[in-house]
Parts: sequence; C-alpha cells; structure tokens
Amino acid sequence: MTTTTLAGFDPAPLQRQARWQHAEYAFWLLPAAAYFAFGDQLALLSQIAITALFALSLDLILGYAGIVSLGHAAFFGMGAYTAGLMATHGWNEPLAGLAGAAVIAALAGFVTSFLVLRGSDLTRLMVTLGVALMLFELANKLTSITGGVDGLQGIEMKPILGQFAFDLYGKTAFIYATLVLFVLFWLARRIVHSPFGLGLRGIHLNMARMPALGTPVNARLVGIYTVGAAYAGIAGALLTQTTQFVSIDVLSFPRSAELLLILVLGGTGSLYGALIGTVVFMTAHHLLSGINPQYWQFWLGALLVLVVLFARDGVMGGLRALARRLPGAAK
Amino acid sequence: MKTLKTSLIAGAIAFATFGAHAADPVRIGLVLPMTGPFAAYGKQISNGVKLYLATKGDTFGGRKVEIIVKDDSPGTAGDVSKRLSQELVVKDKVDILAGFGLTPAAFASAPVATEARKPMVVMNAATSAITTKSNYIVRSSHTLPQDTAPIASWAAKNKIRKVFTLVADFGPGHDAEGQFKKTFTAAGGEIVGEVRSPVKNPDFAPFLQKIKDTRPDAVFLFLPPGAETIAFMKGFTERGLGQAGIKLIATGDLPDEDILDAMGDSALGLTTSFHYSEAHKSPENKAYTEAYYKAYPKDRPNYMSVAGYDGMHLIAEVLKKTNGNTDGDKFVEAAKGMSWVSPRGKISIDPATRDIVQTVYIRKTEKLAGKLQNVEFDQVADFKDPGKQ
Repeated sequence: MTTTTLAGFDPAPLQRQARWQHAEYAFWLLPAAAYFAFGDQLALLSQIAITALFALSLDLILGYAGIVSLGHAAFFGMGAYTAGLMATHGWNEPLAGLAGAAVIAALAGFVTSFLVLRGSDLTRLMVTLGVALMLFELANKLTSITGGVDGLQGIEMKPILGQFAFDLYGKTAFIYATLVLFVLFWLARRIVHSPFGLGLRGIHLNMARMPALGTPVNARLVGIYTVGAAYAGIAGALLTQTTQFVSIDVLSFPRSAELLLILVLGGTGSLYGALIGTVVFMTAHHLLSGINPQYWQFWLGALLVLVVLFARDGVMGGLRALARRLPGAAK
Repeated sequence: MKTLKTSLIAGAIAFATFGAHAADPVRIGLVLPMTGPFAAYGKQISNGVKLYLATKGDTFGGRKVEIIVKDDSPGTAGDVSKRLSQELVVKDKVDILAGFGLTPAAFASAPVATEARKPMVVMNAATSAITTKSNYIVRSSHTLPQDTAPIASWAAKNKIRKVFTLVADFGPGHDAEGQFKKTFTAAGGEIVGEVRSPVKNPDFAPFLQKIKDTRPDAVFLFLPPGAETIAFMKGFTERGLGQAGIKLIATGDLPDEDILDAMGDSALGLTTSFHYSEAHKSPENKAYTEAYYKAYPKDRPNYMSVAGYDGMHLIAEVLKKTNGNTDGDKFVEAAKGMSWVSPRGKISIDPATRDIVQTVYIRKTEKLAGKLQNVEFDQVADFKDPGKQ
C-alpha cells in the first residue's frame, strides 16, 4: 500500500479488475472442449478463432479508444497479402509470416492514424472506408502481384516451428489459431488495464478533459490504432496460412461491415464481447445457411434485430444484466 | 466382462464395414454461391442438378444420391469456398465434390480434392487452368478459350479487320483476351485497342467513348454475366456505337438466357460463340427445356443449368461403370474419354486433360416468337480447350 502516493487515490478496484476471474478461466477452456466435441468442424472453428482475433482488434480501437472504423478490413487484408506473398516468395515459415504481417499492418496503421485523427466520427468513417476501398482497388488492379479477383495461389506453408504441418482436418490450423488468439488476447488484456489503456478509456469518455489531466491524446490514439492494425494484420495472416489462399475479398467492404456487426452484437469495450460476438455470429451464420442456403440472411437479420432490442450493449451487456439480477451475484 | 466388451466392439466394426457397402447413399457436396451477387449461378446450377435427379432418377450405380448444398457466397472468397469443401469432406463425409460457380472457388478448393482424393466435378468456373490444379478435377461446363477462339476465326473470315477488346480483369477475362488476340491476329486481323476493366465495375462510359473514337470494325467483349453486361449493352446502344457501324462480338455468356430478357432489344444483332443455346435444335434439348420449364416456370434454362445437368449425368455414368465406387482415382479413370449426347449436342471428356470437348456454335441474337433467343448458324465441331495446347 505504500505505492499509493496520491492522496485519496485507491488503486484497489482497478487492480481487482485487472485480475483474472474464474469465469475467464472457464471461458478459455471452451476452445479445448470444442476441439474434442466438434472434431469434424475444425475448419470452421479455426475461422471463428481468426475472426475473433480480428474483432478483438476492432474492439481495441472502437470499444476502448472510441475510434469508429468502416474500413478495418484494410489491415486484415494487408496482413493476409503480406503473409501470402511472403509464402509465395519462399519465406513460408508461419511464425515469420505472422511477424511480417504484423509489422506491415502496424506501419500502415501508424501512417493512416494521422488521417483518422483529423476529424470527428463521421469523418473517421469516411476516411477508414476510403483507405480500405483504395487498397481493395489496388489489389484488384495489381493482378500480377495479388492475383486480382482470382486470388493469390500457390501458397505452401512449412510446418509450424518445423514440427506441426497443416492437415486436412484442420487440427494444426485450429490449435495454431487458438494459441495465437490466446496470447494476443492476454496481451490486449494487459494493455487495456495498463495506465495507457485507462487513458484511452478516459479519452473515450471525455476527450476534451484528458489533455487537462496531462494525457497526450493524439499519441495515445496513434498508439492504439497502430496496435489494432497490427492485430488485424496478424488475423489476416492466420487466415492466409490456414487456408493457403488469399482472395481479394479479404479487403472488401462487407468484411469490415460484418466485423462491426459482430462487435456490436457481442458488446463493445469488454474484449470478451468481441470473442462472444464472433462465436454467436459465425455459429448462427453457419447453422442458418446450412438449414436454408438461399434465404438464411433473413434469419440472421432477425437475430441481430432481436439482440439489439432485448440485450443492450450486445450479448455481453445482456449477460451482465442477467448477472446483476441473479440473487447473491458478486458485485 | 472383457469378452462381452470385445465382442461388442467386434460387432460394431463388422456393422460399420457392412454398412459402408451397397446400401450407403452417394453423397455429393455442391459448393455454390446461393446468395449475394452471383446467386443466379447457384440457382441455375442447382436447378440443373435437381432436374437431372427428378427426370433421370436419383439412384446412381445402385446407390441412392444425396445432395448437400453449401452457400459459398460471395463466390469470389476462396477461403470460404475452401472451408466449405473441407467441411463437406471432413464432416459431411461426401464422396464427390461438385459445383464451383467462380474461378477462385475452384482454385481454392482444388487442394482439398487432391488431399482427400475425392473427385471434384466443376460445373461452371471457366478459367482454362482449373483442371490442372488437381488430378481429381473433371469439368462439365466449358473453358473461356474454348468459347473464344471460334468467334475470333469467324470474325476474321467475315470482313472484320480491326477489333477493340474489352475484358473483365480476372482469370477468365485474361483467358478470353489472350485467346482472341492469338486466334484473330493469326488469321490476319488487327487489335486496335485493349481495355481490362475491374470485375466489380462500374461505369463503362469512358471506355465506350474511347471505343467510339478508335472506330474499330468490332468490339470483342468479355464480362461475367450479370448487371455489368446489361449496363454495357445499354450504353453501347445509347451512345450510338451500333449506328456508327461498330459490331459487337462476344462469347455467349454475354447474352445468356438468364439475363437476356433484362437486356432487352439492345441485344439484337449481337454475334456470339458459345456451347449452349436454349434455341439449340435437337430432340435432347427439346426434352430438356420442356422439363425445365415444367419444373421452374419462372426461370429460363441456360448454360449453367445444362452444366449442372451434365455434371450429374457424368457422375451417374461413371458410377454405373464403377458399380457405385467413388474412389477418386477410379472415378477419374472412368470419366476419361466418356462421351454422350447432352442437350447442347455431343460432348466428351478429354482423357488427356479431364476437360470437356464440345461443339461451339456461332449464334445471332434474334427474336423468336416474341422471345429473345440465340440462334445458331455456324459451328466448330468437337472443339478442345485451346488454352491448354
């Protein structure tokens, strides 16, 4: 307690928040359980893990820093193409691909963050959308490099660490994607509970006031935007490596928009919302399109409307409201 | 206790191996875009597949046929198509993969067929190189070069000297452009301009103006069928390119029956080369189109539904030959060289490339009994895919 130097400041609640809770440990047992329970669905499960990482990256910038984006697929796509091009040019060790994708996407995030900072929400929507559209058309045009609409082919990955080769059943892909997701989630959790993360939440709540507290607002926003971009890039690289194909669709507007839907569905600003939203959305998508391949989007739309009507702040918000109502619920 | 357990297990194994024989249905997994911008592809192909089962029976080589459809919308996202193919193999335990509306879907799924050793019947995707991506791929549709070369030689023979080419910027477009150029210049023609337009386009106005200024004898066009084609045709008429004496030649997917009515009279006078027309005169096609209209009164039969229909016929004949064995190698071996009379005419599977060999017709778009139709007036018989020679 000697660290409390500010009079009247008690860091205990913040420290409690940063500690791992039982429910969280239980949550991370789910992927392991899913591996055994749905052993024949691992291709889908690894895509869920990848999309969850992608949603997590948007949650960092939207849920914590309050930067709205309609073009987050730009970084996802950059990561995907980076990993793909590295592999086709003979650099096909998966972890190196992830690192390369993270660096390139982070760089792009850093550069574009200055554009994004110039303006209010509506401007940001336009700028992010614009950047993503430009990249999409670039990939569309540079067919000799990206393969254009045909997609980038001929990607062959080496076994991970020279040990674990990707298989048809998607076992390696699933474990790989889930481990990467877990590590990056752990890191994200550290970030949002650090002073840096608290500063971001302050900016989100009241941007005008933060400079008065001595927080360098722009530097913080540039920082988190870059981190978010790197996360999205890694998610894109994972998709490339596990499917061994890059289609131009990784940069498309629907991918950005769907991601926003997922995040709103799960609940913003809680990290777990991103993960749960992805699981709910992709499972619903999978089941509904299996039942009715032609008109499944109707039911998906209905589900979204229902969640927004009856569970404010998405599934996470609904869960929290439920937990509060339970007798004897811990505060 | 132990003996009981062992005998139970032995019984289970015996049952499982017994169950895998004759009585087991043949599962065919269709990967098709059923929603999104290319939903019409999925609709037409699955119409053809279902029509075959309804008219020719759903027992192939003594085994009942079970169809599982997966929507790989938008159809251009290879990762989605590949995952669905993987799922069909691993989870739904399909014996045969089929469908594949667009090239990226087929390219991305090819490694799944190779790794799982499952036959893969491509029912539309038309880039020439697709069949080279896995030894288990057999194609029942067509290839772009196959449909392109005949119109190029026809043009050269019919006083068209200068041609401007406009193609969509993706695999099939490049195939069409390359093949047209090759055949046309070899026959003494001249290419006076080339444009590759983005696939998910746009506005054709600047291209149309450029074409008008260049004054070619004809424009060779390849666009994926759909809204773009309609937009181009309308613009072509509105800007008076036809009146300026510029002919429009294309592959037959441009005035495809599925969108021909929407194109309206601006399609009249178009000259195209293609492997299937609803107006093809043969008893097989008459029976086919009649059955089609009975089953789907609101749609028009087109080349995609025929490819779905023929794909099923191919599977049925192969399984008859192999007595219901769907093993990848045996399937492909049996499919090689197979030939039959389809609604589009005589077709066969090239034993060397596993690609389709068929007659390509030159047609003019005309009005027959108040309905726009592609009327065949010339043909190149038993034409192989020139893209692989």
